[in-house]
Amino acid sequence: MSTNEGNIIYINGPVVKGKGMESFKLREMVLVGNHQLIGEVISVNDDIGIIQVYEETEGLSINEKIAGLGQPFSVTLGPGMIGNIFDGIGRPLSRIDEINKDFIPEGIGLLSMDKNAEWKVSFTLSKGDYLKEGMSFAEIQETQLVNHLLMSKPGIEGKIVEIKGNGIYRFGDVLGKVEDHQGNSHELKMYHRWPVRVKRPTKKRLKISKLLLTGQRILDVFFPIAKGGTAAIPGGFGTGKTVTQHQLAKWSDADIIVYIGCGERGNEMADVLNEFPKLVDPKSGRPIMDRTILIANTSNMPIAAREASIYTGITMAEYYRDMGYHVAVMADSTSRWAEALREISGRLEEMPAEEGYPAYLSSRLAEFYERAGYFETLSNKEGSVTIIGAVSPPGGDFSEPVTENTKRYANVFLALDSKLAHAKHFPSINWLNSYSGYLETLSIWYDENVNEEILSNRNKMMSLLQEESKLLDIVQLVGEDVLPDSQRLTLNIARVLKKGFLQQNAFHKEDASVPLDKQSEMLNLIVHLYDKAKKCIDAGIPISSVNNIQLYDEVIRMKYNIPNDNLEGIKLLETKIDSYHDDLIKKYAR
Amino acid sequence: MKKEYLSIKKADGPLIFLEGVKEAKYGEILEITVDGEKRIGKIVQIDEAFIAVQVFQGTSGISTLNTSVRFTGKSFELSLSKNILGRIFNGIGQPVDGGGPIYSKEKFNINGRPINPVARAYPKNYINTGISTIDVLMTLIRGQKLPIFSGNGLPHKELAAQIVNQAKITGAEGERFAVCFAGIGITRDEGAYFIDKFEKNNSMQNVVIFLNFADDPVAERNSAPRCALTAAEYLAHNEGMHILVVISDMTNYCEGLREISSAREEVPSRKGYPGYLYSDLASLYERAGMIKGQQGSITLLPILTMPNDDITHPIPDLTGYITEGQIVLSRELFNSNINPPISILPSLSRLMKDSIGEGYTREDHAPLSNQLISSYAKVQETRALTQIIGEEDLSEEDKKYMEFGRQFENSFVNQGFTENRELDESLDLGWRILSILPKEALDRIDEKMIEKYYGK
Repeated sequence: MSTNEGNIIYINGPVVKGKGMESFKLREMVLVGNHQLIGEVISVNDDIGIIQVYEETEGLSINEKIAGLGQPFSVTLGPGMIGNIFDGIGRPLSRIDEINKDFIPEGIGLLSMDKNAEWKVSFTLSKGDYLKEGMSFAEIQETQLVNHLLMSKPGIEGKIVEIKGNGIYRFGDVLGKVEDHQGNSHELKMYHRWPVRVKRPTKKRLKISKLLLTGQRILDVFFPIAKGGTAAIPGGFGTGKTVTQHQLAKWSDADIIVYIGCGERGNEMADVLNEFPKLVDPKSGRPIMDRTILIANTSNMPIAAREASIYTGITMAEYYRDMGYHVAVMADSTSRWAEALREISGRLEEMPAEEGYPAYLSSRLAEFYERAGYFETLSNKEGSVTIIGAVSPPGGDFSEPVTENTKRYANVFLALDSKLAHAKHFPSINWLNSYSGYLETLSIWYDENVNEEILSNRNKMMSLLQEESKLLDIVQLVGEDVLPDSQRLTLNIARVLKKGFLQQNAFHKEDASVPLDKQSEMLNLIVHLYDKAKKCIDAGIPISSVNNIQLYDEVIRMKYNIPNDNLEGIKLLETKIDSYHDDLIKKYAR
Repeated sequence: MKKEYLSIKKADGPLIFLEGVKEAKYGEILEITVDGEKRIGKIVQIDEAFIAVQVFQGTSGISTLNTSVRFTGKSFELSLSKNILGRIFNGIGQPVDGGGPIYSKEKFNINGRPINPVARAYPKNYINTGISTIDVLMTLIRGQKLPIFSGNGLPHKELAAQIVNQAKITGAEGERFAVCFAGIGITRDEGAYFIDKFEKNNSMQNVVIFLNFADDPVAERNSAPRCALTAAEYLAHNEGMHILVVISDMTNYCEGLREISSAREEVPSRKGYPGYLYSDLASLYERAGMIKGQQGSITLLPILTMPNDDITHPIPDLTGYITEGQIVLSRELFNSNINPPISILPSLSRLMKDSIGEGYTREDHAPLSNQLISSYAKVQETRALTQIIGEEDLSEEDKKYMEFGRQFENSFVNQGFTENRELDESLDLGWRILSILPKEALDRIDEKMIEKYYGK
């Protein structure tokens, strides 16, 4: 153990100061007080060190000891993470529950996955092989969906001088040894520890080129998120941030989901734990829990651990990325994380910047979002980390510091709108305030994987929506009846588009997630309807005749009535649209 | 032996400061004697040079010499037994109803501990409040925290009393039910109103009351809801009862927190409230819930008055981010004599989605509720238009919406504070009003469902 030791002289919530801490390093992990609470050194000044404590500090007393562990704050990475739920500093909550039933106590120390858990290991390298850093030497089928590669810790490489044979081993067992150039020997285990605030190294960053398919129409077609990209979802309370995040966690085609419940509701986490094991991944037919890691720091759990939780999550994501997986990280919500920063900063009596947030808020956000990307890993595989962060701006006002700064680093901005939410228009993503920076980058992908019309259709409909919003201002003043027919058509089609395409029912069997080909066909049909009706209007046919409420209604209901795996119905609808409008033109031509 | 200090350094607002203390625990409770009168304090900050102590009964009359302080080595704990039912306590858990103290071997830290998310049971059973708007549109679920966002002068206490009186838990026949009431900084009239309501309803033996009046010390505002929640946790988790916790008024709680924070010279955040307001509120609200394998539950119904009716004010704003929805009262409805004046559009229950519909309430509940809300949103647009062009010039469809809006407010929302409606009755009423609109306008409901219920 370490010889570093200090004494507590100051306690204020999660912030503790110690004396006699000259030899402590910044970011070093420490154990505080008689109960050995876990903490991290966040500042050193002469012999005074400041520590943020990841557990409740009530009952802590002055002059109790602070012991340094000599290493930065790290998490254990190894098999057993998938399907598990961790607290903000990477301790499995089910193991905490075994130690103290129902409630979370303090002073239970650092826990990681059960050291006695057994795994079936198949080795891919043998004695005498050279193991490069980050390369795998064995694999474990962690769940039916995840083949877990056992990799050497980045920074460690050498010749394998000892290795076990295929078989069943325990989590803590030594599986082999490598000898590096200096002749030092390193043990190979199923797991290694990694400091959460340090990016895991990769070979190189690759160009972003693939869509993160989500099954959500407004995302996949209007505001696409790319694999390896960054997205922010800001919205006041009740606008459906969490439902949107859950939808992405459930339906996106990432290989692995890391869901960080950061300062959110306990019952919501209970909902996830209750629901995810029952939900089936459409690709594989397996429960989606088989590809999900959950991190829960509910709003009443210690605040400093909230600050750490997003780093814990992103480190786990990077670990699976290094095996060649596409990982999506959902952080709900980054505002709570920023508030944790603010609270700790306030207790340190730092000079506040905007709205009491510390001046380094922006750089911390940047560090977080910049850990996303599409990479070639050390083991020559392609993997990506996509970050989707929810933001909870106070009062739903997007001009506050967290939203403003997030906008600078997130490429997709999905603005949730309380007006839409109140009208039960879900997902309540406001199409006028949202944007995606990946449209251009992904256009080749769309051309190759969907068709060439989808983006031009999308742009056409975007301008229609833009025009509609201007018209609605006028309608507010004078009513719809005074508008010219072509503009009234715009309003009608925009209504069909909003109800039939942009609105999506997360709780409807058919509509919860929609394959891209159906999305494309649906959009195509609405554009087709618009073109046909427009032709009639241009031919001088009055809007009252062109309007066909029943037909519009059928188009709107195609999301429910036409099954995702059989798109015949859309063709039928198209014929119906054609015959109705063609008949109309014939009738009026006479 | 615990140390006793015979003088203090400084007294400021609700805080006193001591110097030269050698042994002190964060959060420790101190016994303070001021000219022979006993008070209780809690250590809120430990510094090398001093410790800061928050005095629950207030600091008036304290001088640097007449005050002695004894360290107890303990945290703030409450003795609890089943005998607390029917009793009235002050904000620090001392009886004020003339009855004797509560004796019990079991003592509980009033701060509680966070429930482990893996141990939480996801709330599923709904509470029938007998109020149409709540039952149909923002169903209250056992184990939920659902605040009432009110304004000064709005009838939140009548609504809270109505909910307490009428609440029935479905599927819980024969199970025990009790109410914990915490009055924080409320006027004595308000306190009397609630006690009177409980007595009239013959439910006093199932109520525990913690009262901190407006003229009581500010520091007690901080402990009153924690005492009530600790009592609730005891009754729910140790005695297996279903507890409804009503806290009025959270705004006073937050004001108290701000006062103490500024006395401690902390860096203020929005509107002078401390930066930890969110996590402090969460430490209260998150104590609601249910635990797997246990019978009891805690449902939390905090009331807060929005300063200046502003829902973006930090108190309702941060509350809304923690609680599972909100019930918002509207001054406009109240002035139009519609009671309870529940504003439908900004109100919401996040937990209802999994607890209504077939097997829970009725198959048509979810689509009906969606449709009512979205049609009522359309009514608002139509009304805005009417302001400009007048009702006569509206299209036929818009006229129907206007009629729907009127009926909805006058018969569905406006049920008064005494009527108790069964859920079926409320749902049928919803359908009757919805049938004013043409079938085609019902875009949230399956055709089959429309056939079955429309116009019946």
